[in-house]
Amino acid sequence: MRLSLRPGEVIDRSRPLRFTWNGHDYPAFLGDTISSALAASGERVMSRSFKYSRPRGVLTADSLDPGCIVQVGDEPNVRASHRRVEDGMIASPQNVWPSLRFDVKVANRAVSRFLSAGFYYKTFMKPQRLWPAYEAVLKRFASGGVISNRPAAGYFDKRYAHPDVVVAGGGPAGMSAAVAAAEAGAQVMLVESEHELGGHLRWGGAHELSVLAELKAAVSATNSIEVLIDSVVAGRYDGNFLAILQRSLPGVTERLIKARAKTLIVAPGLIERPYVFAGNDLPGVMLSGAARRLINLWAVKPGTRAVVFTANSSGDAAAQDLEGAGVEVCCVEDARRGGDVVRASGSATLQSVECGDGRTYQCDLLVTATGWTAPTSLLNMAGDKPTYDERAARFFPCSLPEDVLATGGITGDGSLEQILEHAAHTGRLAAGRARVAGGRLRKGVPHAAPTDSPVAEEQSNAITALPVDAHVALFRGRTHGFVDFSEDVSSKELEAAVAEGYSSIELAKRYTTATMGSAQGKLEVVNAVAVVAAATESTITETGTTVWRPPYAPITLGALAGRTLEPVRYSPMQSWHEARGATPLVAGAWIRPDHYGNPTAEVRNVRSNVGLIDVTPLGKFDLRGPDAAKLLSQLYVNKWAKLAVGSVRYGVMCAEDGVVLDDGVTGRLSDDNYLMTATSSGADTLLEWAESWLQTEHPEWRVHITPVTSDFASINVAGPKSRTLLERLVENVDLSAEAFPYMRVRRGRVAGVEDCLMWRIGFTGELSFELHVPSSYGLHVWESLMEQGADLGIAPFGIEAQRILRLEKGHLIVGQDTDGLTRAYSAELDWAIKLDKEDFSGKPELSWQAERSDWPKLVGLRPEDVTVVPPEASQIVHDGAIAGRITSSRMSPTLGRPICLGLVAPHLAEPGTELSIVLPAGVRARAVVTEHLAHFDPEGQRLRG
Amino acid sequence: MILIPCPNCGPRNASEFRYVGESIARPDPNSATQEQWRAYLYERVNPSGWTTESWFHRAGCGRYFKIERDTNSNEVRAVRLEPAAATKGES
Ligand SMILES: [Zn+2]
Repeated sequence: MRLSLRPGEVIDRSRPLRFTWNGHDYPAFLGDTISSALAASGERVMSRSFKYSRPRGVLTADSLDPGCIVQVGDEPNVRASHRRVEDGMIASPQNVWPSLRFDVKVANRAVSRFLSAGFYYKTFMKPQRLWPAYEAVLKRFASGGVISNRPAAGYFDKRYAHPDVVVAGGGPAGMSAAVAAAEAGAQVMLVESEHELGGHLRWGGAHELSVLAELKAAVSATNSIEVLIDSVVAGRYDGNFLAILQRSLPGVTERLIKARAKTLIVAPGLIERPYVFAGNDLPGVMLSGAARRLINLWAVKPGTRAVVFTANSSGDAAAQDLEGAGVEVCCVEDARRGGDVVRASGSATLQSVECGDGRTYQCDLLVTATGWTAPTSLLNMAGDKPTYDERAARFFPCSLPEDVLATGGITGDGSLEQILEHAAHTGRLAAGRARVAGGRLRKGVPHAAPTDSPVAEEQSNAITALPVDAHVALFRGRTHGFVDFSEDVSSKELEAAVAEGYSSIELAKRYTTATMGSAQGKLEVVNAVAVVAAATESTITETGTTVWRPPYAPITLGALAGRTLEPVRYSPMQSWHEARGATPLVAGAWIRPDHYGNPTAEVRNVRSNVGLIDVTPLGKFDLRGPDAAKLLSQLYVNKWAKLAVGSVRYGVMCAEDGVVLDDGVTGRLSDDNYLMTATSSGADTLLEWAESWLQTEHPEWRVHITPVTSDFASINVAGPKSRTLLERLVENVDLSAEAFPYMRVRRGRVAGVEDCLMWRIGFTGELSFELHVPSSYGLHVWESLMEQGADLGIAPFGIEAQRILRLEKGHLIVGQDTDGLTRAYSAELDWAIKLDKEDFSGKPELSWQAERSDWPKLVGLRPEDVTVVPPEASQIVHDGAIAGRITSSRMSPTLGRPICLGLVAPHLAEPGTELSIVLPAGVRARAVVTEHLAHFDPEGQRLRG
Repeated sequence: MILIPCPNCGPRNASEFRYVGESIARPDPNSATQEQWRAYLYERVNPSGWTTESWFHRAGCGRYFKIERDTNSNEVRAVRLEPAAATKGES
C-alpha cells in the first residue's frame, strides 16, 4: 500500500509508469525500484530460493537484496531492489520452475528439511558416466536468468581518470570528506552506489534530511567534485589503481573507469546484518533498514502488524517509522534487555513470530536490527587485515597504507556531527597526501620516501578518532536458520561442515558455498564466522574472516570488454583489393588479401606469366651509421662485413638460445645505410630486439634503427615475364640479367615515381623484382603495373598463392616450419651460420648444436598418394613412435601432387627414407624424404634468369 | 596496476612496458661454459624482496632501463637508463 507524501520520498507521483512482472501489469512511479513498486502493490514473494525453492521477499531493499534478483528483458540477474522501473519494462522472476506460486522443487523440502552440507559434491560426483544426466538436473535447479544469444545491446565505455582523491561512498561521511578535500585544493571523484547521494540520511528524520540538504548543496557548489551515482569502486589495486563501474549515464550502458587516485577515502558506511533463527528467510521478515527505506524513500507500507526486534537505534527508529506509517507494532523485543526472537512461521509469507520468552504474535512483518557488518573489502584490497572488536561486535580497520584512508561508520560511531567532522579532517588529510604524492609523481618517483610528508603527518595527528559504541553480539539465536540467503546455506549446514572436519572458515565456506552467492559475503560473512566459531568453540577473532577479493560489486562482461579499440593496418592498395573482391586475411594488425578467388590459378599465372602481390606489411627498417654492419652481424647468424653496396642478402636471426627468431632480406644502399626487412608478424619484436643490443650491450656503436614499414608500399612482381613488364615502367635502371643480377638492389624511377627501391629476390622461385615505393604512390604504381601488364597476362596473387609458391620452392616460414625449439641447424640453415664470427646472438648454443647430431631436421616430403594432402601438424611416425610432424603442406598446382615440409628425427632425414604420416581418422599415408627442400626447380634456374 | 617510473617519461602504467626480467649479465659468448650460458638464459633468483630488473618502455620512449623493485610491496628504489642513453646523450 502506498502511504501519503513522505518528506524524503524519491518517487515522483506526477510520473506514473506501467511495467510487467511475471506476466501481469503493475503500476509504479518514477523513482520506484522494481521491488518497491511490487511491494506497493502488495506483492511479498519476489523469488524462489536457490536450493530449496523457498519463497523469498524483500530483506534489505537495496542492491544486496538476495531474494530480489530478477530478469529484465534480455538481462538476467538484475537487482530488483536497486534497478529503477522504466515505463514498459518487462520483468520476471528467476529460478521459479514452473511458477512463482507453485513450485515442484518444494519437493526438496519434503524429502529433508535441509539438504546436507556438500550435498552437490556428494550426490553428483560419481559415477562419472552419469554426469550428463546430473548436468541436466543441475541446470534445471541452478538459479540464474536467461542469457540472450544476441550481442549485448547498448554501448559500453571505458575511461581513464587521474583524480587526486577518490571517495568511495556518498553518505554523510563521504560527502563531507569530498567537500573538505576539494576545498583543500584536490580534484575529487565522489562515488555512490545508490541513485542519489546521502546514505542513511535519506531515510532518516527531519534533522537528517536538513543535514542532507546542506551537504548536497555544498557538494554541488564545489566545482572540483565529480559526482558519480549508481557507481561503485569495484576494486583497489597496486598504486591506488581503482576500477570504478559507472552506470546511469545517458547513452552508455556501463562505463569502466580506470582511475589512478593519489589517495582513496573509503567511506562505505555499514551494512545491516540479518539475524539467524528459524524462519528468518520468510517474506515479511526484513531488516530495519529495509523497512525504513520502504517507508521513507518509496512511501510503501511494508506490513499491517509488526514485531520489531531491536538492538540499536536503527531498530528503534524503524519502530517509530512503522507507527508513523500506520503499521500496528504489536511487540518491540529489545535485545539490549534480553529480548530474542526464536521462530518466524507462516506458509509462503510470515504469519506469526515466537519471541524468546515464549510469547507468540500473529503478524505479517518482523523487523530485525541486530547489528552491523563493516564492508572492509577495499581496505583488504589495500593490504589491511581488519580486527574484530568484541565490544562493538564488528570489524574495524587496523593499519592502512598512506594512500588509503577511512572515515564514517566503518571507523566508529558517534553523533552525526562527530562523523561529519571526522570525515572533513580525513578529506583534508587526503588532499594533503595527494599533494605530496603529486609532487613525487612530478619528480618521477611513484612511491613514498619515508621522510617526505611532514605536512600530511601533522594533520594526521589532529584527527580525533570516532567513539565506538557497545553493541550486543547477535549472530545466531537459539534456533537454526539461514546464514546465506543467496546460496541457501543454513547454520545447521555450517555446523555439519565443521563436524565433517571443514573447521576452518575458508574450508567451511567452500564446502557449503556460504558467502559465495550474489551478496558475496557482505550480508552473511560475520554470521558464518560466528557460527563456525561457536561450532569450533573458538572466538570470532580466532576464527578470522574470509578474504575479500575484487570485485566488490558485480561487473558485467560488457563493462570489462568495453568498446573495441583495435587498430587495423591496411596497405595503400587496399581499396584496389577490395574492389577486386579479395578475400581478406587477418595477419596480426594487418588486413591483406588472402586470394582473389582462385589461388591455384594465381599460382599457375605466376609460373607462366607474371603476378603481383602486395607485400607492404613486410617489416622494414632503415639502418644508418658507420656501425650498421656491426649491428647486422650481431643480430644475424650470417656475415655482413663484405656485403657490397647494391647487394642484398638473406639473413637468419636467432635468439640467445639458438632458436630461429626471424628471417629476411637486407640490402646495402650506401656505405652506411641499409634497408633491413623482417617478417610482418615479427617486425615489432625485431625492433625491440635490435634496440636491446644497441642500448644494453653495445651503446658505443654508432647506428640508428628506424622502423619504416609504412613509409613504403611494397610490391613483389614475380614470373617469367616480370622483366618484360618492368622494362615498360622503369627508367634509368638497366634491368638486364647482366646489369641487375639476382640478389642485387637498385634505386630508380618506376611509373614516374622517383626513389623506388627494387631488389631481385625470389621467395616464389620465379624471376622477381620486389619494389619498395613511397607509400603515397603505392596505388599508382600498382595500377600502372596492372595496366602495362595486361597483354602479358598479369594477375594479382594473394598470401595463399605465395604460400604454395614458396612451398614448391622449399622456402621455410619462421614460426610455421620452425617452432619455439627449432635451432638454426635444424632448419637446414647450416650454410648461413658463421661460427667463426666474433659474436652474434645465439652463437654459443649454435656452436654446441653443431657439435652434436641428435636434433630434428627440416626435410622435404613427397607423399606417395598424389591425391591426399596430409594436414599441417600431422604426426610422422616410425617404428611405432612419433618421429616428427608435417609443418607445411599443400597440393602443388605446378607439380600436380601434394608437397610437404616436415621436421623429423635426425636418423630419418636421409633422402629416400620412407616415413609414415598419421592422417585424420588414424589412416596412415606413406611419404618419402626428398633430396632438397625445394620440390620445384631445386637448382634455382628460374629465379636467377 | 603498478606504476613504473620511466627515467625519460616519468611514472606510467606497467601496461605501457615490457617486463624484460631480472637483470643478468651476458657471459662472454666465446668462453662461457654451457652451465654459465644456460644460467644466463634460464636461471633467475626470483627473490621475495629487492631485485634489480630491466623494463622496456614500448608504448613510450622505447628505452631500456633498470629499476630496483621490492617484489613484496612493489616499491621502486632506483632508476637508471641502460648505458646507451648516457653515451648517446653526450655524443
Ligand atoms: Zn619512457
